[in-house]
Amino acid sequence: MDNDPIIEKLKGEFKTGILEITVKNQKRIIITINSGSLPGMAEYLYKEAGFRFIIASAIHTKRGFEIHYHFSRDSAGLILNLHVVLDRDNPEVESLSNMFNASNWIEREMHELFGINFLNHPNQEKLISEGNWAEGVYPYRKEFKSIS
Amino acid sequence: MSRKTLIPIGPYHPLQEEPELFKLYCDGEIVRDIKWETGYNHRGIEKLSESKTYEQVFFLVERICGICSTSHPFAFANAVEEIVGIEPTNRAKYIRSIIGELERIHSHLLWVGLAGHFLGYNTVFMWAWKYREPILDLFEMITGNRNSYAMFKVGGVRRDIEESKIPAVQKILDEFKKKNDLLTGAVMDDPVIHARTKGVGVLTKQDIMDYAAVGPTARASGVAIDVRKDDPYAAYPLVNWKVITAEAGDVFAKAEVRLLEMYESISIIEQCLNGLKKEKEGDITVKVNEIPEGVGHGRAEAPRGEVFHFVMSDGSNSPVRHKIRAPSYVNIATFKKSCIGQTISDATISLAAVDPCYCCTERLAVVYDANSGERIMNARELIERSASGTLKLTEELKRKK
Repeated sequence: MDNDPIIEKLKGEFKTGILEITVKNQKRIIITINSGSLPGMAEYLYKEAGFRFIIASAIHTKRGFEIHYHFSRDSAGLILNLHVVLDRDNPEVESLSNMFNASNWIEREMHELFGINFLNHPNQEKLISEGNWAEGVYPYRKEFKSIS
Repeated sequence: MSRKTLIPIGPYHPLQEEPELFKLYCDGEIVRDIKWETGYNHRGIEKLSESKTYEQVFFLVERICGICSTSHPFAFANAVEEIVGIEPTNRAKYIRSIIGELERIHSHLLWVGLAGHFLGYNTVFMWAWKYREPILDLFEMITGNRNSYAMFKVGGVRRDIEESKIPAVQKILDEFKKKNDLLTGAVMDDPVIHARTKGVGVLTKQDIMDYAAVGPTARASGVAIDVRKDDPYAAYPLVNWKVITAEAGDVFAKAEVRLLEMYESISIIEQCLNGLKKEKEGDITVKVNEIPEGVGHGRAEAPRGEVFHFVMSDGSNSPVRHKIRAPSYVNIATFKKSCIGQTISDATISLAAVDPCYCCTERLAVVYDANSGERIMNARELIERSASGTLKLTEELKRKK
């Protein structure tokens, strides 16, 4: 199935939001966007284009914090990543949990393990450690060394 | 507002195979709200993976789940192969699918047994687990292990299935087919199971989309998603099979989907065995010299639904980032929909209906409490405590004698 209409539509509607489009193949597309246009694009994918939210992967890199929001269009076997790069010192982005419940846990997890702040999240409590982990220590950041 | 009673299930409870705390807020018999505490099994596997080589990660991710132990290496292999840009040989593809489908059969049998146990129908429990045994024996014959098979590597599989073993595999499958008919009949035609599961724990299509549920949980609500069909991998595009769905979305529909899926799995295995015979001898791996820089998305349809691995490589011999999403992570969250408004006894089977696998959901040994600075037990202390308990019991028994 052709994915071009989706990309064209995204390009038309979110002209300023898109920074880079990488089409690896017909089934894998990565779109790097401004974090401000994330809610709008996610809403289009989920509500209009029939995408399912798979999960989001946070990564601590030299550029700061990056999140890949993975969406799946099952009828075409397509995985589309909305890729945002967040500020190193003050990583924050709008929460998607008010749109679909599926992102609720993963945003709490990223907040707990990476220290990324999700704005307007309905309940940004700790998911895994239930308050048994020190404040301000984020185990999945690169400076945190695991013993192994 | 009336007073709500808190009924805790867990963290350690005979209903569950693994630790997790569910708090049911009840008004009389009716569950009005549900909350849960997770993290009892979080082992930081995503972080650990960054300190292992690609070869070692296979053994690490195999230990995420004890039941569907092959689904994580499967998805990880798909992700790394996407980065490298290779495809395994047909022979390796068939072997991969055989292992994947055998695992689906033994996992679904385990669930059917446990579901029967939760309902107080222990005949189903004993039958299902009895019939599961030969499948595990089959695994031992093919891979050398009853679980955690260590079959996967980048570019293929570690062991071949020799032609001399195929008749013995076929024999166990033929015997299993008869037993499966019996078990399916016992579940599908039983009026007590109908009464206990129909209309219980219903999830609508919208709930599935909202919580992004996957696997039999989604398919039982009429959402026909299955990675094996949608984003084909391994030998699934080479064989004929169909995606099983049901419309009702209740616990019975989930049982129906799982039971019928086992027939499809048997058919897939048989076709793959034929494929192996036709392929004759051949390579089971493609040589990979290095993993280049890039990202890879690996998906595999585990017994519980889609397993998703996102791997980021910088060209070194270990991943920079390895994100793992197990199916139970999204399926467990649907309890907010399926349990509220049910009686306590129905809520427990609704909890079990998604076949929750907590080990998959959580991947921290806690050391100090942040506020009080108080030490919290670590794994070694827990083992010491357990050992001292056993010692105490043994001494008491000796004194009684």
